[in-house]
Amino acid sequence: MRLLKLVPDNTNIGFVRLRVVAFIITALLTVAAIGATATRGLNMGVDFVGGLMIEAKFATPPSLDAVRSNIDALGVGTSSLQQFGDPGTISIRLPVPDSNDPGATNAVVNKVDASLKKQFPGVVFTRTDTVSGKVSGELIQNGVLAVVLAVLGIAVFSWLRYEWQFGVSTFVAIVHDVLMTLGFFAVTQLEFDLNIVAAVLTIVGYSINDKMVIDDRIRENMRKFRQMDMKALIDLSVNETLPRTVMTSVTVFLALGALLLFGGHVLRGFAAAMLLGVVVGTYSSIYVSSSLLISLGLQPLRIAKPEAGRPEAERVGP
Amino acid sequence: MLDFPRWKIWSICLALAIGVLISIPTFIPESVAQRWGIGSMPRVNLGLDLSGGSHLMLEADTTDLAKQNLIRMEEMVRTEMRRADPPIAIGDISTTGGRLSFFVRDGSRVDAAVERLRTLTQPSGMTGQRDWNVQVVDSTRVVLTPTEAGLAQATDAAMQVATEVVRKRIDEMGTREPTIIRQGAERIVVQVPGLQDPAALKALLGKTAKLEFKLVDLTANPQDVAQGRAPVGSEIIPYPDNPSGVPLIAVKRRAMLTGDELINAQLSYNQQTNEPVVSITFNSEGGRKFARVTQENVNKPFAMVLDGKVLSAPNINEPILGGQAQISGRFTTDSANQLAIALRSGKLPVALKVVEERTVGPDLGADSIRAGTLASAIAAIAVVIFMFVSYGRFGLYADLAVVINIFVILGVMALLNATLTLPGIAGFVLTIGTAVDANVLINERVREEIRRGRSPTQAVEHGYKEASRTIFEANVTHAIAGIIMFILGSGQVKGFAVVLLIGIATSVFTAVVFTRMLVSQWLRRTRPASLHI
Repeated sequence: MRLLKLVPDNTNIGFVRLRVVAFIITALLTVAAIGATATRGLNMGVDFVGGLMIEAKFATPPSLDAVRSNIDALGVGTSSLQQFGDPGTISIRLPVPDSNDPGATNAVVNKVDASLKKQFPGVVFTRTDTVSGKVSGELIQNGVLAVVLAVLGIAVFSWLRYEWQFGVSTFVAIVHDVLMTLGFFAVTQLEFDLNIVAAVLTIVGYSINDKMVIDDRIRENMRKFRQMDMKALIDLSVNETLPRTVMTSVTVFLALGALLLFGGHVLRGFAAAMLLGVVVGTYSSIYVSSSLLISLGLQPLRIAKPEAGRPEAERVGP
Repeated sequence: MLDFPRWKIWSICLALAIGVLISIPTFIPESVAQRWGIGSMPRVNLGLDLSGGSHLMLEADTTDLAKQNLIRMEEMVRTEMRRADPPIAIGDISTTGGRLSFFVRDGSRVDAAVERLRTLTQPSGMTGQRDWNVQVVDSTRVVLTPTEAGLAQATDAAMQVATEVVRKRIDEMGTREPTIIRQGAERIVVQVPGLQDPAALKALLGKTAKLEFKLVDLTANPQDVAQGRAPVGSEIIPYPDNPSGVPLIAVKRRAMLTGDELINAQLSYNQQTNEPVVSITFNSEGGRKFARVTQENVNKPFAMVLDGKVLSAPNINEPILGGQAQISGRFTTDSANQLAIALRSGKLPVALKVVEERTVGPDLGADSIRAGTLASAIAAIAVVIFMFVSYGRFGLYADLAVVINIFVILGVMALLNATLTLPGIAGFVLTIGTAVDANVLINERVREEIRRGRSPTQAVEHGYKEASRTIFEANVTHAIAGIIMFILGSGQVKGFAVVLLIGIATSVFTAVVFTRMLVSQWLRRTRPASLHI
């Protein structure tokens, strides 16, 4: 049996040569992502803005306008509707009733339930979430804190393990990944909730995995080829690890693709975010973090010199 | 490389076999597991988003708590000063601005008063601070201010009781396997699997159930009552079911009896009208008080006040001496039962507010499980085929590692009593995708080494050695993200982090140690001249 090889042996793609073009494209995309997030904003779920979310399953797909006018007639606040999953499933967002009575939310849910049942027989509420403003504020805070700490923690780890340049380039690349994901959510207006924060953190984890593998190879090669030009060395390292990068991306793609197609509507946003993250993370490993190492002035000799001076460098192995 | 001691092989196989075995009960339906006598074996819990049910987060109303703390102190101060040997006359007691202040009429006794107050305050916290600061201002005015540590202690005490009360009330509802956990300083999380209608639960929890028995003020002029004006010593409070039509009533401020003296409350039926009523029983002290009050006030109405609202104001037809009474109102069986539960499980020491509520229908949960299982299976099959096509025999070893890994993750989750949530399933699927990463790294290394002209055994040995370092680096950093998610995450995010962390640990073990064992055994047996990888 002939084995499948996605990347031929001894590839020699000049990644570094394209780095200026890549930098410009990356910068433009990042600015666009920031711009989109700033202007369009994220479609925050009730987890982060507080509110009442009802997921209703209709027997036959209704028109959104009919549902909207039905709910708005109840005077429970402005509703915002979104269809998700199959056409018969609609998420209804309402503000949390301004009252201290713990039963107030239920009263709203019951009111909506009764009114919708009248017009659309067979409607079922499969899920209701209510999050108060205070809790949602904390959830945002913790979510942002988690992402920031994860990024910092990882950057510090790779700085301690390797040269400082690795820490900086990893940090920049991960920030890039996070920004691109936010931009994606701003453009698509997919709902951004707690699950997505978990997805973003996973992207960070995956992306860092990728970078570590390449960084590790760069470091190895820096020891092996002390006189090599840094650009060539990085190209060599990226090419050497390319089969692994492609293979792993494909397996993760297969897994996430299954999740996207068959994992049910609740996880769709999650799967979409992670799929995007795999692409962005792989790209940034090559074009952001590795290429940045050159601009940061990483030199093979910086490591090579002190090592050459060490007595054990002369030792003859068994 | 080739020489893999027998004990090592056995311990690796044993560890994995145990992991797989522990995961088995999770796949067997609970009823079947009971029948087989393995019902008590650990299994993976399903989160509410998968099993359906209600999740509520309750938060203590801390301003209310501080107010109560102050009122309690006021009572204690009054009693302490009024105590004999000899009493200290005080006046102008006020509790505004979160502080308690009063003045001592006899200026020369201020020190004695402060000395008595010392017995009322306690040290609290680590710093040796007391729970109240006592100050003397303008030489005769004593000011008591609760300290931060004191307030924290009061909150803590109240929350302990509140958690117990919540537990008792939910148990009384007869729901199955509720989880009640205190979270942080002032929150309680309640999770009830399978509960579809959280309204009843919330109604039950929202009640502080402060029950008081007060005499109705018959001297009050009905017009004044209707306008909310009460005679001296009385107050106007709501009476929604007032037969007179006015939803207000005037009652004496002083409570003759409070719910604290209650020892039992039960749903029963009025023998004449067959209406549902709540039968209550007082303790001996309460029974005595109740007997005295009813003796003195025959033919007068008596108001039963629950949380500041009059439930009913029946006439005292005869003295009630046995310490037992009935509360009648316009109850349905359900509402009478709920009131009985609320009364029985004691007063909540603090008002609880619902700050987060999530309810998932069982259909959605079942749909999600089905979809998640399907996605996991398809992901696993796709990855398995892809790995085999790419690496042949070595891919097969990696596949075996992935499949065992899936079971071991579930086994470890069952052991840790971890909860599988929907994002957990996503974490699972992602783990399947990344679990092979270690093997990809190893196999690509082996390919490289072969290209460099090493012998199969040497190539494998070097491949594993070089790749192991990279795998370690990559997974430690990945784990950092997981740990941070676990610490900061709540609910879903935490569930995801648990699966991710367990997955990282087990996949490194299966991918590096287990496959290495398989490869070395194969190499030793066949001693191939060339590797097909």
